[in-house]
Amino acid sequence: MVNLANPTTFVELTRRVLPWLAVATAILFVAGLWLSFAAPPDYQQGETVKIMYLHVPAAWMATFVYAVMTAAALGTLVWRHPLADAAQKAAAPLGAGFTFICLVTGSLWGKPMWGTYWVWDARLTSVLVLFILYLGLIALWRAIDDPGRAARAAAILTLVGAVDLPIIKFSVDWWNTLHQPASVFRLDGPTIAPELLVPLIVMSLAFTCLFLTLHLMAIRNEILRRRIARVTMLAAVEGDRLAPEFAARGV
Amino acid sequence: MSDPHIGFIIAAYAVAAATLGAMIGWVLLDSRRLGMQLDAATRSLDGARGAENGERR
Repeated sequence: MVNLANPTTFVELTRRVLPWLAVATAILFVAGLWLSFAAPPDYQQGETVKIMYLHVPAAWMATFVYAVMTAAALGTLVWRHPLADAAQKAAAPLGAGFTFICLVTGSLWGKPMWGTYWVWDARLTSVLVLFILYLGLIALWRAIDDPGRAARAAAILTLVGAVDLPIIKFSVDWWNTLHQPASVFRLDGPTIAPELLVPLIVMSLAFTCLFLTLHLMAIRNEILRRRIARVTMLAAVEGDRLAPEFAARGV
Repeated sequence: MSDPHIGFIIAAYAVAAATLGAMIGWVLLDSRRLGMQLDAATRSLDGARGAENGERR
């Protein structure tokens, strides 16, 4: 953990880990898609249940990525970990992407099953709030020039927004919603048939591996961005320092 | 697969594929662009330091 705080060590580690993660992601996606299309239709929903293999993993990732960002926000504000703000900034667009998939696939699943693309029930609205939070965080980082101030402001907003996570999770229990209650993570065990549960788990692992791969790459990109800023500043300082000397010598 | 709602299934998979593709493309293109920018910045710094060393000699 201490070594990982060193950006050079982190970049070296990602260089070794990323190819394995990328291969694991590809294998899991191929296996997950094959299992999804081979899975039997649901007795009520028919083949439309195939949307579940995208919608549910995307929904899990939408909240998981925000949980990762919340931990990174604590790392920025409390422990001042040098890579925490990079991890937080790198995760936001990925979280927004997963949340977008969750919302759109949910809408496309809702129309044939509920008769409507959208309803303002607690689950759907709280996930929409999560999507807006992601967009707000991305905008905040772009709006503030000073990286340190941007990181602290984003960390505070992330921690405030974390209140949405339990609301998303328990919205189907606290309020009367059109969205169905939890059917996998339940105290009394999953209520989904194993034939449908196995492809769902494999697709969820594929989404998780994809996030880990892209997140490591995006953190590495943030480290590169900082190096570029540092090297550009050094080059400018060297140029400014030498300019009067060269001018005096008529160079 | 002959389902009356096949269009919704295809649309969901198409949107997911396009979004995941965009996420992968964004990270890869950003990585490539930053690599080129770092090379250019390093050359610029080396050039400034090289000029200084050349003057001192």
